Amino acid sequence: MKLIVRVWRQQNAQEKGRFETYEAQDISSDMSFLEMLDVLNEQLIAQGHEPIAFDHDCREGICGMCSLVINGRPHGPDKGVTACQLHMRRFKDGDTITIEPWRARAFPVVKDLVVDRSAFDRIIEAGGYVSVKTGSAPEANTVPVPKPAAEDAMDAAACIGCGACVAACPNASAMLFVAAKVAHLSDLPQGQVEHKARVQDMVQAMDHEGFGNCTNHYECMAACPKQIHVKFIARLNRDYLRATTHP
Amino acid sequence: MAGSGLMLLGFVVLHLLGNLTIFLGPETLNAYAEKLRHFGLLLWVARVILLAAVAVHIWAAVVLTIENRRARPQPYQQYVPAATNPAALTMGLTGILLLSYLVYHLLHFTWGVAHPQFFGAQDALGRRDVYAMVVRSFEIPWVALLYVVGMAVLCFHLSHGMASTCQTLGLSTERTRPLFERIGGMIAGLIFLGYSAIPVAVLFRMVRP
Repeated sequence: MKLIVRVWRQQNAQEKGRFETYEAQDISSDMSFLEMLDVLNEQLIAQGHEPIAFDHDCREGICGMCSLVINGRPHGPDKGVTACQLHMRRFKDGDTITIEPWRARAFPVVKDLVVDRSAFDRIIEAGGYVSVKTGSAPEANTVPVPKPAAEDAMDAAACIGCGACVAACPNASAMLFVAAKVAHLSDLPQGQVEHKARVQDMVQAMDHEGFGNCTNHYECMAACPKQIHVKFIARLNRDYLRATTHP
Repeated sequence: MAGSGLMLLGFVVLHLLGNLTIFLGPETLNAYAEKLRHFGLLLWVARVILLAAVAVHIWAAVVLTIENRRARPQPYQQYVPAATNPAALTMGLTGILLLSYLVYHLLHFTWGVAHPQFFGAQDALGRRDVYAMVVRSFEIPWVALLYVVGMAVLCFHLSHGMASTCQTLGLSTERTRPLFERIGGMIAGLIFLGYSAIPVAVLFRMVRP
């Protein structure tokens, strides 16, 4: 296939970026979206252009590094997958594809399609952990966890921290990320000790990073490659209300 | 947003119930209006609380809008929404429309500035003739239409607002969220039908002077 690729180019965080249009030749429909970018980059290098910078790591849909807004959707048109699991068979020969980075004040562009997501790390540092005794592993049944709670915690823990929720939100809010990170700990007995402080500290850290506010559009859930449910946002709101009114 | 919104919703429902007494004839409506006026201090307390709710609601909306705009300084060139709905996307616009509607409504029925010719009449018992004021006003087609449009905007605003409130207050769960959305939509629809019934009934001479 031959594709027209309109891609955001930005030298660094200070420079004002712009769109450039390239032709990607010899694209196989079996390629993943990132492989298409690899091929395009080879062609750009051969033509003497600078290759397009984009984030990627595992290319298996589990690391949360890829961060492309493809044709107006974070991770592209498919539901429940990251950009690396999107394949070129979703596109037709001659299609124009627009690629932009995540756009949020809290995620400044580093270069081209690469954004700095360390704001998420700082939110985790604020409370996304539990204090445990290190050393030998405890016996598995010492702390019983009810099956529904374990399932629910696993649903929330599926979050790979890619930031698609922020990218998709009309307000660039990080509520789904924070909600998932709070819920996967608060569901479990091990997460109870620091629960109230965690809710308040992580919400405060989120606000401090300059993310927007949740106004319940639910775009985050639609874009999330792990399909994290907005029920976790409702629970975060509930926990936050409880933590602030009954400290 | 949610707390002040809930208070305003409560007012909208109570106000609707009061208004619907028009269908029971002039005697009931005028007596109801007279009773409200005799609450005296209590009436003023309610008014102050409502005004505060309006102020908080507007203040929260302005702060949210400013912060949310600031959170994405560089907009997407291409952005394709996948989950949101027109009501959620236009809360600011419908809010501004509702505020202008509210001002007109107060100028009309409370302060008697918008249509002074219908204001200040008294019934045979010397009470304010609210019934005549309403009926005479809604006999003018454009006034009736304006009120129906105003209520349509309110209905649209509430259709997102009520389910959104349940989410913000943390009442929604995976199972109840769609339910809240359906119930919210239904309540919004009922509020629209209830309020709109009054100007429509007057316009079609089903409620006569």
